[in-house]
Amino acid sequence: MKIRHHFDDATLMAYSSGSLPQGMAVLVGSHLHWCDECRERVSQTDRIGGDLLEAIEPVAMEPDALASIMALIDQPEPEQKLRSLSSDRLDSARTGLPLPLASMLGSSLDELDWRRIGYGVQQYDLKLDGPGATRLLRIAPGVSVPHHTHRGNELTLILRGSYSDELGRFCVGDVADVDTEVKHQPIVDTDEECICLIATDAPLKFTGLMGRLAQPFIGL
Amino acid sequence: MQEDDSEGKNVSAAADLTRDRQKRERETWTKVLASLAETRDKRLFAELFSHFGPRIKAYIIRLGLPAASAEEVTQEAMLSVWRKAHMFNASKASASTWIYTLARNLCIDRMRKEKAVEYELPEDEVDPSPRHLGEHAILEQRMKAALGTLPEAQAQVLFLSYYEGKSHSEIAEQLGIPLGSVKSRLRLAFDKLKTHWEAQS
Ligand SMILES: [Zn+2]
Repeated sequence: MKIRHHFDDATLMAYSSGSLPQGMAVLVGSHLHWCDECRERVSQTDRIGGDLLEAIEPVAMEPDALASIMALIDQPEPEQKLRSLSSDRLDSARTGLPLPLASMLGSSLDELDWRRIGYGVQQYDLKLDGPGATRLLRIAPGVSVPHHTHRGNELTLILRGSYSDELGRFCVGDVADVDTEVKHQPIVDTDEECICLIATDAPLKFTGLMGRLAQPFIGL
Repeated sequence: MQEDDSEGKNVSAAADLTRDRQKRERETWTKVLASLAETRDKRLFAELFSHFGPRIKAYIIRLGLPAASAEEVTQEAMLSVWRKAHMFNASKASASTWIYTLARNLCIDRMRKEKAVEYELPEDEVDPSPRHLGEHAILEQRMKAALGTLPEAQAQVLFLSYYEGKSHSEIAEQLGIPLGSVKSRLRLAFDKLKTHWEAQS
């Protein structure tokens, strides 16, 4: 996989600081699963957290804390945890999806319960808690997503096919990392459908008539 | 003038000393964790516990969990340090960074389970305890020593992001600056830190 589009440093810092909403964190983790370059960068943004941990003013633990942990460390790790990790790995291998997404979906992209939301566009909402939304969009060849701007940040990870917009061409593994000021209109640019994961930290704002019509309908 | 200068030098010399000490400490703990992975020696674990436990707990409290939950998550984190020590790779991360990520992930999981307090706060309600300014200043001092000399504005956004777990939009709102400025300050801070780390190693 040749990845050309990566995250902004600020996004990786938000990931490392643990301040991303769940959907965005899953999306970042999924790209990291495929991208050595961003993994290397995250080891540096994580380091900021490590250095801060050293600098923090400690807060005393309960007096019996060490004893309680010592009582547990000789016991084997709970089966359940180990089992769920290995089943996630199986899911990931079977579906070809990156591990964090595979474990969240538990099925392949084609097995999902897609909902048609307009001409040539289907959607699957991951229904995660927290601000913003996390969805999979499945877009037919030649079709474009309505023009929209963003109030917050929007991350997109390509899982199948490709699209092009004002920012360039995006293929499997690539991410688009855009915020408030960016107006863009992705269009699927081959005869293969495009499936992408989109996570936002605030609702999208569509522009123009098409956007206004589509918004209540798509509910993005 | 002259006095100011020498004082400036003393301050920066003191900061250098602090940084050197911190660097040595970081390396020491990394060695302890690496040998724990090899030997499974409980005494080493106890040492790691006494250093990192109270720091993890402080960090988790800052992120917003009540002290009792923070204690539980910290114990859970230290237990994973023991269980996952064999996965630690000293050439890739320091002990503090590796332990930080373990603790952060567990804390996020717990916050999700407890439906993070912030969502229960009515939208417009101001955080009733904006962390006291004095404490803020002291922490920022320590942080600066740890992170090299960052300009105030950059240290502040790093602080809000990593220590208070605030999102970029929340930081923008709190400081009354555009989202784009929050991100550019973070990027600048990161560039400075990387230069600083290279100079250090
Ligand atoms: Zn990347």
